[in-house]
Amino acid sequence: MKKTICFYFQLHQPVLLRRYHFFDIGKRGDYFDEYVNRSTIRRLAEHCYLPANRLILELIERHGGRFKVSYSISGLALEQFEWHAPEVIESFKELAATGRVEFLAETYAHSLSSLSPTDEFERQVKRHADKVEELFGQRPATFRNSSLIYSDEIGERVFNLGYKTMLTDGAKHVLGWKSPNFVYASAARPGLNLLLKNSRLSDDITVRFSDKEWGEYPLTADKYARWLQAEAEGHEIVNLFMNYETFGEDQPASTGIFDFMRYLPEKIYATTDFEYLTPREAVEKHRPVAPLQVPYPISWTDEERDVSSWLGNELQVNAFEELYRVQPRVRQLDDPLLNEAYCRLQASNHFYYMSTKLISDDDLFTHRSPYESPYEAFINYMNVLSDFLIRVDKGK
Amino acid sequence: MKTKVLMFGWEFPPRISGGLGTASYGLTKGLAKHGVEILFVMPKACGEEDQSAVKIINASEVEMMDSYATREEYWRFVQFIEVGSNLVPYLDPEVFEQEASAAIRDHAGESRVTFRNKFQFSGKYGVNLMEEVARYALVAGTIASQNSFDVIHAHDWLTYEAGIVAKRVSGKPLVVHVHATEFDRSGEGKINQQVYDIERRGMHAADRVIAVSNLTRNIVIKHYGVAPEKVVTVHNAVDFQSYKEVTVERGVPEKVVTFLGRITYQKGPEYFIEAANKVLKHYPNVRFVMAGSGDMLNRAIRRVAQLKIATHFHFTGFLSGDDVQRMFAQSDVYVMPSVSEPFGISPLEAMRSGVPTIISKQSGVSEVLENSIKVDFWDVDAMSDAIYGLLAYPALARVTGKAGLEEVNRLKWENAAEKIKCLYYELIHAEN
Repeated sequence: MKKTICFYFQLHQPVLLRRYHFFDIGKRGDYFDEYVNRSTIRRLAEHCYLPANRLILELIERHGGRFKVSYSISGLALEQFEWHAPEVIESFKELAATGRVEFLAETYAHSLSSLSPTDEFERQVKRHADKVEELFGQRPATFRNSSLIYSDEIGERVFNLGYKTMLTDGAKHVLGWKSPNFVYASAARPGLNLLLKNSRLSDDITVRFSDKEWGEYPLTADKYARWLQAEAEGHEIVNLFMNYETFGEDQPASTGIFDFMRYLPEKIYATTDFEYLTPREAVEKHRPVAPLQVPYPISWTDEERDVSSWLGNELQVNAFEELYRVQPRVRQLDDPLLNEAYCRLQASNHFYYMSTKLISDDDLFTHRSPYESPYEAFINYMNVLSDFLIRVDKGK
Repeated sequence: MKTKVLMFGWEFPPRISGGLGTASYGLTKGLAKHGVEILFVMPKACGEEDQSAVKIINASEVEMMDSYATREEYWRFVQFIEVGSNLVPYLDPEVFEQEASAAIRDHAGESRVTFRNKFQFSGKYGVNLMEEVARYALVAGTIASQNSFDVIHAHDWLTYEAGIVAKRVSGKPLVVHVHATEFDRSGEGKINQQVYDIERRGMHAADRVIAVSNLTRNIVIKHYGVAPEKVVTVHNAVDFQSYKEVTVERGVPEKVVTFLGRITYQKGPEYFIEAANKVLKHYPNVRFVMAGSGDMLNRAIRRVAQLKIATHFHFTGFLSGDDVQRMFAQSDVYVMPSVSEPFGISPLEAMRSGVPTIISKQSGVSEVLENSIKVDFWDVDAMSDAIYGLLAYPALARVTGKAGLEEVNRLKWENAAEKIKCLYYELIHAEN
């Protein structure tokens, strides 16, 4: 039996908040920075999404359909493409039409709703699936949560929504001696297959590819295919999960990242016994080898691989609790404008910006956050949320 | 072999008027921990100085030699100028006024300078400060010829001349330490030319210039024309060994937002008032306190009256000693909106009391602090947003207060001293 290589790309961009002063609370109600959001999407479309999509299409055509990948595109990203870069949507429709691309389900807002007991999670997953079906003509069969957050409890909720497969991280503190290169089953719901990210091989591309300090620099398709073959020994599947911004943004085109991806498939076909599959196909081929127990949520983020990047300090917990406390009321009101704002305020990024874990690393912080400090991120978010809560109280 | 430093300061605890003595003390203790031996020269020692880390040389007890210092040179240098309180960092006008009037009293009728004598320095910042500075430099020559050492270190402009003379006599490398410049003290356009000239001469004569922040380093390079490779930033630290907890019963139920410092142009009091006005319009349950005095106090009071916020905005006048601690203990937010602050120790004191802080980006201390909210001094909207955030969202005050306390306890003079020790080493070995 051939081994499986499974590529999954994540696309998400939050709708960033404008600077919302405390004296705007109860008055303005326009929370989002149109200019910044538009220019961010335009820049990413030109440097990353469009050229990367062209490359994937080229590979599908060249390799006669043997080349397959999967995407998870958040609802907020899809909406922003529709407004600011409709050609990105068209390009994905073209990819969808090849039948070689699987679109995954996630929460519409790329939210942390799976960590809230409200039914917001279920609502958002359904809304996202509807959106994907409407745009690309396929109903997602595989689920992946924001930043691959997973626990037994979340697995149960996902299973109850009808999904049979879910992606998460091969976190070492959960796996122990076990390898991420097999399909596992959820301990809570054995009917739910789990595909685990192979961090080392994924990060070789996303993090280390252009790092000149790295002993293996430069990384070539030849070399990578050799590593894959070595990794395959006694294993079944290698899951390479990454942000799509790796191509052209995090690793600029000048690093040769596009050429690397362009030549990788032919090297893999020629020198390894791997085949490209999507998650849906992978779980048809491979049976789960063991149940995986995950009592506390894991994720693919930071050294800790847990949810401490979003809910690791009192600020984040405070904002999170305030946000989900009003969920029943917002749903009851069902006001279109409030719904839209509520959805955007849930993007996990807003909570990430409040993380104090990065505070000592100035470069990393400024790279990942539009704010100068987590404290400013919190103040601005809370000013917006305070305004939102007043509107919810008023009912409009 | 131990490195031996001849250090020129102006004051040293317990008799101090401002932060310069505190900084000198902290730094020497840090250096001593790294095995550096220090001869600390000061104009007037009282005998109660802690000599565990340094050996104090009291310039008032040094008999001057006449051989290399001609009287003409001396008189060319000594010109009485009108001394303002801005000449020294961290000095409050009250303190200055007391010292100045005491100096006038002490020196009344004295018109002749005698050489070949011991000179009784006041060691203060009185009206004949320039004369003292010049005499101090002369005594420095004597001290330099009578002691052995590897490097000379001079703190702030008052001692630069002394450092230069000591270098000329001994041939040893000179380090000048810039705690503040004339540009911080007076603002552009009001520069005291004589002080500026002394500062400039000291920086150019020095083999290395230490600046207390990158902000100060840039001023040294830009306004004094010193080669960038010669100027090194070593951030100040803070020593809380003698810190006492104070508990205060709060008199008002409202939250308290505090400004504490000289009410002068440099400290940006007007931005604090404008921010207070914005916050009060939306968050009435708060009181603002402006503690300190200075030449902008009356203007500040007028502005508060004009804005009709006087029932929620209070002036305490000059605070000293334990009152400062008590003020911090009653505060919920501390704001330092300085227009230009070479370093700025007061937010560290507030943080030590667990008070969340907002500091201007135009302060040296903002380069080292992570758990303080930083705003541009002129950005009243951002400042009022930060104040409002700390008042309205208790989680933020708790997190920043706690993280700030931990952070401030990590700032150690040993770390600053280690950098300076390395700098000494380079200089001494470059010479040989």
